[in-house]
Amino acid sequence: MKDLIENVATKLLELAVIYLPEDVKEALRKAAEDEPSEVGRTQLKAILENIRLAEKTKTPICQDTGTIIFYVEAGSEFKGLKHIREALVNATKKATQTVPLRPNAVNPFTGKNSGDNTGKYIPYIHWEIVEGDSLKLTAFPKGGGSENTCFCKMLSPGEGLNGLKKLLIDHIIAVGGMPCPPIIIGIGIGGGSDIAMKIAKKALLKPIGERNPDKEIAKLELELLEAVNMTGIGPMGLGGKYTALDVHIDYAHRHPASFPVAIATQCWAARRATAVIHSDGSVEFITHKVEW
Amino acid sequence: MPVYELKTPISVEEIRKLKVNDIVYITGIMVTARDAAHRRMLELHSKGESLPVDLNGGVIYHCGPIVSKVDDHWKIVAAGPTTSTRMEIYEADVIKKFNVRVIIGKGGMGPKTTEAMKKFGAVYTAFTGGAAVLAAKAIKKVVEVHWLDLGIPEALWVLEVEKFGPLTVAIDSHGNNLYASVKEEASKNAINIYRKLGLE
Repeated sequence: MKDLIENVATKLLELAVIYLPEDVKEALRKAAEDEPSEVGRTQLKAILENIRLAEKTKTPICQDTGTIIFYVEAGSEFKGLKHIREALVNATKKATQTVPLRPNAVNPFTGKNSGDNTGKYIPYIHWEIVEGDSLKLTAFPKGGGSENTCFCKMLSPGEGLNGLKKLLIDHIIAVGGMPCPPIIIGIGIGGGSDIAMKIAKKALLKPIGERNPDKEIAKLELELLEAVNMTGIGPMGLGGKYTALDVHIDYAHRHPASFPVAIATQCWAARRATAVIHSDGSVEFITHKVEW
Repeated sequence: MPVYELKTPISVEEIRKLKVNDIVYITGIMVTARDAAHRRMLELHSKGESLPVDLNGGVIYHCGPIVSKVDDHWKIVAAGPTTSTRMEIYEADVIKKFNVRVIIGKGGMGPKTTEAMKKFGAVYTAFTGGAAVLAAKAIKKVVEVHWLDLGIPEALWVLEVEKFGPLTVAIDSHGNNLYASVKEEASKNAINIYRKLGLE
């Protein structure tokens, strides 16, 4: 089972950095057709051509293959729980060699790059224990440019949702082209500072166009998407309509004294790949079509 | 929108023709440089030492590539642009001291670089962020590499390129900065957006 988890995770990293999920490609294609700004269209066409070439030559879409993060939903009956961490670390080292990935794990004190994308807490693993006997693995390599524009603010409850709306618009204008727009925006509200960012980031895993099941929140997602796309920041911050492809919101119940909001930004190269491993050894790939 | 093909070395006259929003493709030689390489260029200059490459009329690309080495030959695998603002503290001096004509990057640069470009005749062009394979396709070969002691992403990669682009002129040599004007426009739009979101 350890080898199987390692092989599937290695495959997920390779799939993630070379092939964008279909929903992201489709959203970029639609944006390229609809973008009124000529400069913006030039950027979107270059993005589509780059995606095509990456697939054709089996090369990472972007030279920044990100910080390696895994989301794990492990069934409590899954046979192999104890192997997961080691398998994911090994997969990260292996993919760094074979894909290849750019070594992106640097010790903040010494400045030394570990060279294999592993280090303290890295790859970072988000754990969730669920019912059942299968293991759902998502590889989420997160680029640095769009990571540098993520942030969390502790609003006062009086500022509330209106405070969030203003914060988002001001932030998107302030960062301009830095997160490589058109971006996907994940918003986490409530919980606490860490929880808000955790759920904001996790919201980035949702497919483009998938709305929050709560109708009011779904309405707010669309309202904020429209608002962000009225700024005129546009593809790569060079001006145009498509600043964002989607906005996903999640929330946690908050402390009465706090109104934490987190804004997670994801570049157009929204890389993610998911597979499910069953205890009988069978594997299903969710985000990508793969013969296994 | 005008499209220009430039061949290195590039003259000041050619640069002065370019305006923001123009599209440019570059053929010839360009050199990658990030923070550490910029710093070293200026250190060498202040000591009166020369650079291992001639940047006169040249092109600097803000890029830390993924490379592979096959039988002693370097190959560029992926080479998209990195965020240019980190080089803002060096670029005006680099343009002035080495007569660089074109800077390629992403995300734009600040007022100090814009001013130097106006004064000395240079432009900043944007290559699509993340479009690393498209960039690598236009790179025909690695001519040489210097300063590998800085690490692969930070080294000076001297590249032969053919029709490298599309590059959008985002800062021209007449004081126009496309990023600044987009942001200025966005700040004006914000007032309407606030209203639409029921914030005023």
